[in-house]
Amino acid sequence: MSDLSSNAAIFAPRSGPLARTVDWIIRHPRMFTFLMVLPITLWLGIVYIGALIALLIQSFFSIDEFSGIIVHEVTLKTYGELLRPYNLDIILRTVGMAAAVTVAAAIVAFPIAYFAARYAKGKWKALFYIGVMLPLWSSYLVKVYAWKLVLAKEGILNWVFAKLHLTWLLDGVLSIPVIGGNSLSVSYIGTFLVFLYIWLPYMIIPVQASLERVSKDLTEAAADLGATPKQSFRMVLFPLALPGVVAGSIFTFSLTLGDYIVPQIVGNSRLFIGQAVYTQQGTAGNIPLAAAFTVVPIVIMGIYLWGARKMGAFDAL
Amino acid sequence: MMTQIFKACVSGLALTAATAVPLQAADMMTELGTGEGAVSIVAWPGYIERGETDPAFDWVTKFEEATSCKVEIKTANTSDEMVALMNEGGFDLVTASGDASLRLIAGGRVQSINTDLIPSWARVDDRLKDAPWHTVKGTHYGTPFMWGPNVLMYNTEAFPEAPTSWSVVFEEMTLADGESNKGRVQAYDGPIYVADAAMYLMAHQPELGITSPYELNEDQYAAALDLLRTQRTLVSRYWHDAFIQIDDFKNEGMVASSSWPFMVNLLKADGVAVASVIPEEGATGWADTLMLHSEAAHPNCAYMFMEHSLNSNLQSDLSVWFGAVPSVPEACADGSGMQTAEGCSENGLDDFDKIRFWQTPVSSCESQGSCVPYYRWVSDYIGVIGGR
Repeated sequence: MSDLSSNAAIFAPRSGPLARTVDWIIRHPRMFTFLMVLPITLWLGIVYIGALIALLIQSFFSIDEFSGIIVHEVTLKTYGELLRPYNLDIILRTVGMAAAVTVAAAIVAFPIAYFAARYAKGKWKALFYIGVMLPLWSSYLVKVYAWKLVLAKEGILNWVFAKLHLTWLLDGVLSIPVIGGNSLSVSYIGTFLVFLYIWLPYMIIPVQASLERVSKDLTEAAADLGATPKQSFRMVLFPLALPGVVAGSIFTFSLTLGDYIVPQIVGNSRLFIGQAVYTQQGTAGNIPLAAAFTVVPIVIMGIYLWGARKMGAFDAL
Repeated sequence: MMTQIFKACVSGLALTAATAVPLQAADMMTELGTGEGAVSIVAWPGYIERGETDPAFDWVTKFEEATSCKVEIKTANTSDEMVALMNEGGFDLVTASGDASLRLIAGGRVQSINTDLIPSWARVDDRLKDAPWHTVKGTHYGTPFMWGPNVLMYNTEAFPEAPTSWSVVFEEMTLADGESNKGRVQAYDGPIYVADAAMYLMAHQPELGITSPYELNEDQYAAALDLLRTQRTLVSRYWHDAFIQIDDFKNEGMVASSSWPFMVNLLKADGVAVASVIPEEGATGWADTLMLHSEAAHPNCAYMFMEHSLNSNLQSDLSVWFGAVPSVPEACADGSGMQTAEGCSENGLDDFDKIRFWQTPVSSCESQGSCVPYYRWVSDYIGVIGGR
């Protein structure tokens, strides 16, 4: 019955190939959807997944120890190489840095985001957005080079410390083994500070978005029921804002994990994963090992995202 | 679906592999025709200037006017990028360093050249005419372009007298200003730097029997790595980018490092108290060759550019611009450009014999049969910098 009535509503086929094609598409809505989705599927499938798979295949090849020629036989030898102490160092160093940057970014971003979500109104809110986003509008390289100058031995920060007669404090911090160094710009502390600055906006925005969604009534209700500010933060505000923090941490963690420019300009020349990939595929011609290195952040991020989804991070994006 | 994607990828890979099979080198040209109207060159940044960076430095415009060959430039930052671009094809010429040139010849990416078609070949420095990085079994694969040493740059306030040995960057010591060199010296952040350590050992541990810093057996290699590990304790940051090193000498209190005349000149121009020297152990260096692609689309224009590179203001002005040494010694003083005899000797003209030019370490080496290949230099140098 419904078939009959819908058929009656359709006009008689028009002539001309274009008109007929249009009619045909209109009559086959599924086909239309398919055609609309096809280009993006192909793009994702070939360019993205395809490239990833090609990369994965490469990581199962190995390099011949003597001639340096790539052996096209499936083996786990290259992954074994990842476990050599100096390569393991690179992985642990990068993951450690990414974790430190993420935790610090969350601690710094939370009060800023809280202020913006609760107290900033009108003009101040606009100023907040500009203030947070502004660094993202300037060139990444310019920011990193600027930081190199700020942190240098004869740079602004050292000068400020000297003027305040606090050089002893800076020297004390820099004399801490491992993370210290000859000056801020050649130590892990320096690399950490630059990463923290560069990725901070990516933490502030999602945390602010999730805080906006926590009703003011809830904290007031907690206070009415006798909760101290500390308690209402710990038991009401923070759990409700947590998805935002986790969402932000996805950005800060993965961006630090993949970066290869900051540690080259500010730091002590010890490699991070991104740099290792770059050298191995570029100068060494050891594509299997570069591919195996690339798989490491993919696996780490896979686990991380799985955990983040469990905590509801994707609702806060 | 997945199997289809997989098959597509495998066939894609197979295709890349097929095109990567070494090509047969084209036959050498015997006579020159008329220009094809264009020539495309893969070059180091700053090597082919047409007056756009600085109007005073231009060695392209006149060539284009005289030959009607329009010059296209593709810059590459590393030797590996150059090899990759040449493998891709579509270029006529490349300014290949010694660690790329032999790879290009072995891969059949460049063709042998007929020196009779380059009238100015006779002007080339005799020491470079048959250099092993572009001449294989008596066949020439390019015209020498530019060369230079990796000098020891030092701060003249920390060193009132020029250091005579590379030991200032390899061993801990107290400098003339009363402070240790720890944290105040730099080294190059590239695996090829292992050769600098090997060269130092040639002079200081002759019992190792190193004859070429690029051909090391396991024992010699291990000794070089040990030396580099000592160096790691002295170096806060390795240099990778010329401009970061310049900044480190200005703002980071660096006093000594391996470097290029390029940085020394720029720092001097900025009024920083630095100078450079080639210490008694000698120095490593680079020598670039202008090479012709085996499937060049514009061979006539390419030959004309090779001639132009040897017989114009190019050699003279480029050596000033880049802080390098011309491959045509006459260019130092014949007034073809801005270079002077003093400038040439400052850039290293008289130090040719002290320089060990970069070449790719391979496993089958001439001096001792079996050597440690380059890819191991890469991973081990990463380890050394990482503190292993």
